[in-house]
Amino acid sequence: MMGHPRRRRLTAATGLLAFLLVSACGKETLPQNTLDPQGPEARRLDDLIDPVFLVAGVVFVLVQGLVLYVAFRYRRRSEDEAPKQVHGNVKAEIGWTIAPAVILLVIGVFTVFTLFDISETPAGPGVVKVKVTGHQWWWEYEYPDLDVVTANELHIPTGQKIDVTLLSDDVIHSFWPPKLAGKVDVVPNRVNKMVIEADKPGVYHGQCAEFCGISHSRMRLQVIAHTPADFERWVASNTASAIVPDPEEDEEAAAGAAAFRAKGCASCHTVKGFAAGEVGPDLTHFAQRDTFAGAMFKNDERHLRAWLRDPPAEKPGSIMPDLDLTEEEIDDLIAYLDTLK
Amino acid sequence: MATVLEPTVTPVPVVVDPGVLKRPKNPTGVWSWMTTVDHKRIGILYGVSAFVFFLLGGIEALLIRLQLAQPNGTILSADAYNQVFTMHGTTMIFLVVMPMSAAFFNYLAPLQIGARDVAFPRLNAFSYWTFLLGGIFIYSSFIFGGAPNGGWFGYAPQTSITYSPGHNIDYWVIGLLILGIASTVGAVNLIVTILNMRAPGMTLMKMPIFTWMTLISSFLILFAMPVITIALFLLMFDRNFGSNFFNPEAGGNPVLWQHLFWLFGHPEVYILILPAMGMVSEILPTFARKPLFGYPVMVISAVAIGFMGWGVWVHHMFAVGLGPVAISAFSISTMFIAVPTGVKIFNWIGTLWGGSLKLNTPMMFAMGFVAMFTIGGLSGVTHAVAPHDRQQTDTYYVVAHFHYVLFGGALFGIMGGIYYWWPKIFGWLLSDRIGKLNFWTWLIGFNMTFAPMHLLGLQGMPRRIDTYDESLGLDALNMVATVGSFVIAFSTCVFMYNVWHSKKHKVMAGPDPWDARTLEWATASPPPAYNFAEEPVVHSVDDFWHQKYSEDDEGRPVRRDSGTDPAEHDGAAANGSSGDEHADEGHGIHLPSPSYYPLVAAFGIFVLGYGMVYGRDAGVNYVGAGLGALILFVALYAWGMEPSAEPHDPDDDIPLLPDPEEEPALAAAGAAGALGAAPEGDGDAADSAGTEAEADAVTEAGTEPGTDAGTEPGTDAGTAPGTEPGTEPEGT
Amino acid sequence: MATTPATATTPDISAHTEHGHVTNTGLSNEKLAMWAFLGSECLLFGALISTYFLYRGKSISGPTPEDIYDIPYTSVSSFVLLMSSLTMVLALAAIQRGDYRRLRVWLMATALLGASFIAGQVYEFTSFIREGLTIKTNLFGSSFFVLTGFHGVHVTLGIIMLLSLWNLSLRGKLTQDRSEVVEIAGLYWHFVDVVWIVIFTVIYLIPT
Repeated sequence: MMGHPRRRRLTAATGLLAFLLVSACGKETLPQNTLDPQGPEARRLDDLIDPVFLVAGVVFVLVQGLVLYVAFRYRRRSEDEAPKQVHGNVKAEIGWTIAPAVILLVIGVFTVFTLFDISETPAGPGVVKVKVTGHQWWWEYEYPDLDVVTANELHIPTGQKIDVTLLSDDVIHSFWPPKLAGKVDVVPNRVNKMVIEADKPGVYHGQCAEFCGISHSRMRLQVIAHTPADFERWVASNTASAIVPDPEEDEEAAAGAAAFRAKGCASCHTVKGFAAGEVGPDLTHFAQRDTFAGAMFKNDERHLRAWLRDPPAEKPGSIMPDLDLTEEEIDDLIAYLDTLK
Repeated sequence: MATVLEPTVTPVPVVVDPGVLKRPKNPTGVWSWMTTVDHKRIGILYGVSAFVFFLLGGIEALLIRLQLAQPNGTILSADAYNQVFTMHGTTMIFLVVMPMSAAFFNYLAPLQIGARDVAFPRLNAFSYWTFLLGGIFIYSSFIFGGAPNGGWFGYAPQTSITYSPGHNIDYWVIGLLILGIASTVGAVNLIVTILNMRAPGMTLMKMPIFTWMTLISSFLILFAMPVITIALFLLMFDRNFGSNFFNPEAGGNPVLWQHLFWLFGHPEVYILILPAMGMVSEILPTFARKPLFGYPVMVISAVAIGFMGWGVWVHHMFAVGLGPVAISAFSISTMFIAVPTGVKIFNWIGTLWGGSLKLNTPMMFAMGFVAMFTIGGLSGVTHAVAPHDRQQTDTYYVVAHFHYVLFGGALFGIMGGIYYWWPKIFGWLLSDRIGKLNFWTWLIGFNMTFAPMHLLGLQGMPRRIDTYDESLGLDALNMVATVGSFVIAFSTCVFMYNVWHSKKHKVMAGPDPWDARTLEWATASPPPAYNFAEEPVVHSVDDFWHQKYSEDDEGRPVRRDSGTDPAEHDGAAANGSSGDEHADEGHGIHLPSPSYYPLVAAFGIFVLGYGMVYGRDAGVNYVGAGLGALILFVALYAWGMEPSAEPHDPDDDIPLLPDPEEEPALAAAGAAGALGAAPEGDGDAADSAGTEAEADAVTEAGTEPGTDAGTEPGTDAGTAPGTEPGTEPEGT
Repeated sequence: MATTPATATTPDISAHTEHGHVTNTGLSNEKLAMWAFLGSECLLFGALISTYFLYRGKSISGPTPEDIYDIPYTSVSSFVLLMSSLTMVLALAAIQRGDYRRLRVWLMATALLGASFIAGQVYEFTSFIREGLTIKTNLFGSSFFVLTGFHGVHVTLGIIMLLSLWNLSLRGKLTQDRSEVVEIAGLYWHFVDVVWIVIFTVIYLIPT
């Protein structure tokens, strides 16, 4: 009676297992995979947990095996069965109290060592300091020693430790680039620290990991690692002030700059040398960024147009309101933003 | 039960004078349920209500899964999604698992210790009505402009008035405060019942293991609830009265909320899981025909968990940025709480080892519990590895973990408990054939839904997100989880069909259908209102089993002479069907009488709740809160003046009202006529339901014993459980 | 629930000790329930007092405790509250000997002492508000008013309880054999007093 459905279940289970394994291995398609660390900080965590997963796997197989074994072995075959009444076994019980305790103690020792290791503040000439501020719902990055401010895309040099200071402007967020480090919460009235480091150049994805309101899932981030030389170049290109477009050269961009002031953009956004708003992201080098609005949208004309038409429609709860811009004003603004290289 | 839930039928206007509400008399019908103080009926009410909330929380779960089935889901808006996931968590924890456990606590604990009722029957009714109205209160927010949307953990300052100005969070804060009252009062009641009312001979170490778990859970509730009460209280003051506890601009510390919340929140996990552990610890020995392996160790490990549960809360906060010393301490303590848990798992396997396992539905659910809960325990150990917890926390890995604990653990145990005790509660068995379909779909659906979430979390999917990008590569596993959630939904339908089908084709159970071990099986199914005709005397753990079996030289059970079978002795009158309503006449058992006041008092709290939610609105003020407080106060005063059991009153010799509709009329008539006649503050008669001496005192006070107070509760329990509650689940 | 634990009497199935095994605590159900309830209350006050402690000296703006506390005044009102525990004990002693007249005298005295304490608290609150400290002012204001106000509500409920007992006694319904009702009300009252000593020490006496 049970044969047929059981075979089907078995097939389904095998299929599922194979499927899980395949999806676990396809690492390059998983940009936020914690099992694929790309820097020493994340790798340290991974090295710590791998043996724990192994031990847990052994216990898992042991217990599931025992449950299945007793289910088959001791299944009642006749209603007259009178099993021996065992009330307990002190030796066995002491055994399975002490054995797990010893295993856990070993895990505990390694845990504590790693914990103190990752809590050290890095020092030395190669360390880059970054101040990360969480806002609803975007990230602000300030490099205090380099005089650079940017948003959502954090640029770092490879092979150097980044000393990250985490602050919040409103509610609790959590900064999490999974391939580079574990998350650390960003708490108002609290200064938290973390260290990240990337081995190779590349774009590492992450996102806010603490529920922070309506657009929590739209508060994403990227860490872009460059070779040290490229990083120097990036810094150099980001310290300059923006050039206000000349109406003679580019009429549309100049109109956009005027609209930027007239429509109130300037009261919220900073464009160095032109505007000094403090609510939204610094836009001085906006055109260099690949994404915008919490690393949600690709920085291209189509997405910018949709965004400028009605930001809250694109990103629920967006603090940037619908400014009732005309299509012409949008054209101008896009042209202006394109000049912010 | 939909009509019962309607708060408007409560006779509020007549509470002005405490003596006005005439004692409710109906033995059947809606009003008999609304005024009942019988722990068994209250247990059934808890169970049915929790099941309805389970369906609501389940619908929310399906909505979540539909939204996440594909990347960039558009089933729900971001705000609707936040409401749904918040309510899913809040519902499943506070309105499903806790009250479902309370259903078993209430129904079983007095039976297992050989008592006639709980220590404070009216307080018990009050707990239930406060819980139910609290649940309705929170759910009413969906109608009144938006449900809570700050997550079940309600982190400040996201939940402060600056970032959540609507009333959504107010409903959550006040609703949880109301539910906290219900749980705390219930816990006090159970603690007193278990510590004070055990049958002769039942020392603590001879108590059934489920009763032990009830006791430990109740202590945890007693001490954990006040902590979250204060957290909610501070948040309420911030929101309503402008205090600064969680206001960063005034220097407030958001981490304080987290400490208070998790200092409650972690013991809460054990409040949720210990009852299921207790159920499993009763089911496994029964169907293995072996005693629980290492009963004392099982008790001690549960007590150890109860204590250690207070020292691990910071593991919910490993990413908050506390220092390495604090994190190390809590990391180690969290690892070591796995030790008593592991002992339990091995002892359960020890119970099964060498037994004669009858693999029926309750047994399969119980064994499923052992297997699935183990997985939750193991992922719990990985959380304790604090450095790596920074990768795990706030991801779907954690979601997977606590669903393996609360679904794979608590809900598997509770389902086992439902199948196991159903025949005791209703007198007829649930179909084992359909039950097995229920189990296998439950097991497969559960694993399909939650096993992939381990990987999703490790692959970088955070919790509480309403959308994710397809570039994250998470779509396939999310789809599997969504399909799994519908398998669980199907399984729930199978369960409801089983109830309907088994009720239609009733197989009567008799007092002891499973050849079980504890005292509740010694009385009829369902048990009569007075539980036991004679107070049982206990000699050992699993006393009922030892009355049925002795052990031969090899330690194997030998059935004693059937002439002395205690099941037949006590259950003879019932003969496997519903209780005989006149069976108690010869015993002079006097039971507490039903009362309106618990319901009215709970209703006062309900009104007070709305008053607090809307009090801060311009022009509203706290008038509603004042009104609610007044109702509560008057009800409590009248309650205090009302004796817990009614002496016989000749004026009451009128035909019992079959129609609940007429009840308010009766109350109104009573308001006119019975002003001075109410037996106000008759303190001696108040102590009843117990020893002969007290019953005699009642007899003196009211002449003619038995006719009224004696038969009434008997008919209550005799007729109703088979009909009303049984029909509930299928209707919803 | 806190208002009527003493009068909400309920069945008592006790006296199982005659079988040779202790299967109850030896306390009545009502008294045990009150102890359990007070255990729960300890954590309520514990959480509030911890909150006060955490926020000591963390206020961004004034007034500070040093600016505003009038310790001699509060010491007197604390003494009044402490004395009420004494009269409570005397009330219990009176009912246990069956002296109902003295019972009522001491119950009323306890209630009045409690009421004086509340009156003192109301005066203190209003004078603080006059001096510019409200619940909204700073962290100190928030944690001070919520903690002491929460305690004040407990005292008020206790006074209602005492007056109910007094009223019962006046109508002859509080007899010697029910002296436990007074004892249970007394447990609550003493608890509220003891908590005040802790609060007084923590918030008024320990310097920041």
